[in-house]
Order: sequence, then structure tokens, then C-alpha cells
Amino acid sequence: MSANPMSPNPAALGNDEIQRYSRHLILPEVGMEGQLKLKQAKVLMIGAGGLGAPLGLYLAAAGIGKIGMVDFDVVEMSNLQRQVIHGTADIGRPKLDSAAERMADINPFVEIVKYNTRLSSENALDIFKDYDIVVDGTDNFPTRYLVNDACVLLGKPNAYGSIFRFEGQATVFGYQDGPCYRCLYPEPPPPGLVPSCAEGGVLGILPALVGSIQATETVKIILGKGETLSGRLVLYDALNMKFRELKLRRNPECPLCGDHRTIHALIDYEQFCGIPQQAAEPEPEAALNEWEIDPRGLKAKMDRNDPVFILDVREPHEFQICSIPNSVLIPLGDLPKRVGELNTADDIVVHCKSGMRSAKAVNFLKTAGFTKLKNLKGGILAWSDDVDPAVPKY
Amino acid sequence: MAKLMIPTPLRQFVDGRDTVEVEASTVGEALDKLTSQHTELRRHLFSEEGKLRSFVNVYMNDEDIRYLERDKTAIAEGDTISIVPSIAGGKHVG
Repeated sequence: MSANPMSPNPAALGNDEIQRYSRHLILPEVGMEGQLKLKQAKVLMIGAGGLGAPLGLYLAAAGIGKIGMVDFDVVEMSNLQRQVIHGTADIGRPKLDSAAERMADINPFVEIVKYNTRLSSENALDIFKDYDIVVDGTDNFPTRYLVNDACVLLGKPNAYGSIFRFEGQATVFGYQDGPCYRCLYPEPPPPGLVPSCAEGGVLGILPALVGSIQATETVKIILGKGETLSGRLVLYDALNMKFRELKLRRNPECPLCGDHRTIHALIDYEQFCGIPQQAAEPEPEAALNEWEIDPRGLKAKMDRNDPVFILDVREPHEFQICSIPNSVLIPLGDLPKRVGELNTADDIVVHCKSGMRSAKAVNFLKTAGFTKLKNLKGGILAWSDDVDPAVPKY
Repeated sequence: MAKLMIPTPLRQFVDGRDTVEVEASTVGEALDKLTSQHTELRRHLFSEEGKLRSFVNVYMNDEDIRYLERDKTAIAEGDTISIVPSIAGGKHVG
């Protein structure tokens, strides 16, 4: 460390800061003026997961003065394939702690503020108001709309990115009279129609590229240089390595940012997205309904040699990972055309990974005239937890 | 011939393909042909009333058809129609 490592003056750089940011300082588009703008900037990251990983690493390295992070998850083994800000030793720790530690190691000159909470209509405006730019790295529709609405209401730009399997989207919303997320998509899809990453998978490297685009746009907005993605949607297809660009327009009829606004405050986003209200604390052991069986119940049937037909409605590649003994695979999508392979006289237990697809299968089979049906509650994950830990969880 | 770009979440309904070519003179006709060849896709793109769902956007080249002539937007040889649904990225919320 030199004599003047970091200047406490936000309008000056200490000697160590000058050394650290030298490759920025010699870029005419950044220079001392730009680097000081970065030092004075306050950026809020929503989520410290797949997109948050590259965002946190690069925004810290770039010398953003204050970085806020909102997240309430803990690091899990299955995160590490893509959330490179966390390490194996961090499993079980809050993502915020793990990410903040890594960022502080990359750049101790950055102030990191941790919001260990679920972002909600009650706290969003209060958290957002202290920041210049919000970077949306969330993983679900209610939070997407919440972040968008809060940004537009407060007049803050939103560097947006989204990922699915091999495909990414990125743009900037709510910047200089540009469009917002509601201009692009007035309404969310109903739950269940679009598979989530947990159901559909995601290439581990994909968020690196999309998150880097978001970080780049954030830095450009702070610097006031270049042309931002506002009004343009970048589509990235990793499988074919293709980038495309679509025009985005502010929708004059947008209820949030259009000419005749009807939304002036945050709403209930779970309800907006058609998601049933969840109890604040999940009930420890919700009772089974008449169409459900739990893993221990199924195991007891099998142990008694009761005749039971176990129908697995997952995909073939999931069946390859693990399966319940003597189960028969018919993927949910194939069920309508293969329903003839099932017998209404059999006692049928349907299962999938966690119980959602099998619940759909049970509903479908009910309409097809089946009555001796049970959905395996919690799916093969619960089977692994309660009956056979040798079955791997994925 | 119009080329339809199929996004990742919907490829499972078109035998895993990323593009489908159909003979059509308007965007509406192209989507109609696409969904009659691949019937499972229909409910993902259209509501029960036959309206394009509000979380699915359709682009003619790089322009949103909502700002052209919607389903009546004419297509010419070499045009590309893109279906762009909203994706959230991440995990279970419900």
C-alpha cells in the first residue's frame, strides 16, 4: 500500500486507486473524470445468483463506489455450476455474505451494502431510493414486475437481463423516456405455462455473458458514454452462437409509463402473476389430500407388495439421473397420446421431480376417467429425503 | 416462404427445431400455419379466444408487429418472423 491508498474524498482518487484503475484511466472514454463518476455511483443489484455473480465481480472490480445487493438465499451445491461468485466452501452460507466477501477481496475500495430480505412492495421503494441504477438479476416474474415498476416510479434506469437454457435477453428499461418491461410484456405468463430454470435447466456459462452485458450497460450509463441498449432488446442464442437485436418502443398505452398512466404505486405482484398467496412460514407438514400420497406411504405399499403402478412423468434425461424402482416413464407431454398404455383398474401413483408436473398429470388422468390415482407428494426429491437417500437429488 | 424463429422454451413443440419455414403472405397466416402443423404450440401462443398472449411478442424482422399491422402485417420473401416470449430465468416461484 502506498502512502495515500484510497482517497476519502469521493471527488479524488488515492494512489492505490490510480494504480488499480490505470487501464480505465488511460481509456479516453473513462479517464479520471469517468473513474470518479464510477466512484460516486451507487448501483443496486437484485439477486446474487446466476446473473448476480458476474455483475458483482465486475461492478466491484470496476470501482463502483457503493453496491447494494438484495438476496435471501443460501448457497447450494447446484448453484456452483453457474454462480461463480460463490465457492464450494460457501455451501450453506447466505449468498450475500459469500458474494460480499469475494467482492471485498476483489476491491476493498467498494462499499457493499447487504439487504438480506425478500424484495417486496413494502420495502422496494425504500431500498431503491438510495441508488442511481438498478440491475435486475432476479429469477421470477413477480420480482421482475416489481423491480420494473419501482424503477419507473422512482425514475431509475433498470439494466435488465434474463436467461433460459441456452438463450438470453438483455436491455435497459426506464432510461431517458425509453420503454419499460411492461411496454414489452404487459402481462406475465400464467404459472406453469413457461418452465422455470429448475425445470428447464440452464447452461452454466450463459449468465456470465448476459450478466456482463448488464454490467457493461450499467457502467456506460454511469459514464454517459456510448449508446445504451435502451429501446433495443438483445437476444443471445448460445447454442447457435447468434446475437440478434429487436426494436423496443415505449408503449403509449403502457399503464405504468404510457401517456395515460393508471399505475401510481406498487401492487401485489404475486397476485398479478397469478401465484397463490403463500403463508409467511411454510407449514411444516401440510396434510395430504385424497389425491396425494407421501413417499413413506408409497414405500409401505411397496413393502406390503400391494399392486401399484408407479408412473414417472419426467423427461427421459431426468429418468437417466435417477428413478424409483419398477416405475414406468411416460413424459407429461406424451401422456395424452400414450394414455392407452395405462389401465383404469390399476392403483396408479404418479411422480415427477417435485410434484408439480405429476399434479398436472393426475388432473389430466382424472378427466380421462381414471379414479385410482395418487400424486407422490414432493416427487422423487421427497423420496430421496424420506425413503432412499441413495437416490441423488438434482 | 417466411422463416419463423422459434425460441428455446417453445422448441419442444416443434420437434426441437429453432426455425420453421412456412408459405404465407401475412404474419397471422404464418402463425396459423405454424400452429396447425404443431397443435401443442397453439395454446402457448394464443388465448382461448384466439388472441396472441400478452407475454408473447412477435417481430417482423426487428420490428414488433404491434407497431406494424399486427397479424395483417405483410411478409415478403426473405423476411424473418421471431416469436419472443418473456423468460424470467431462475427457479420455482410457486
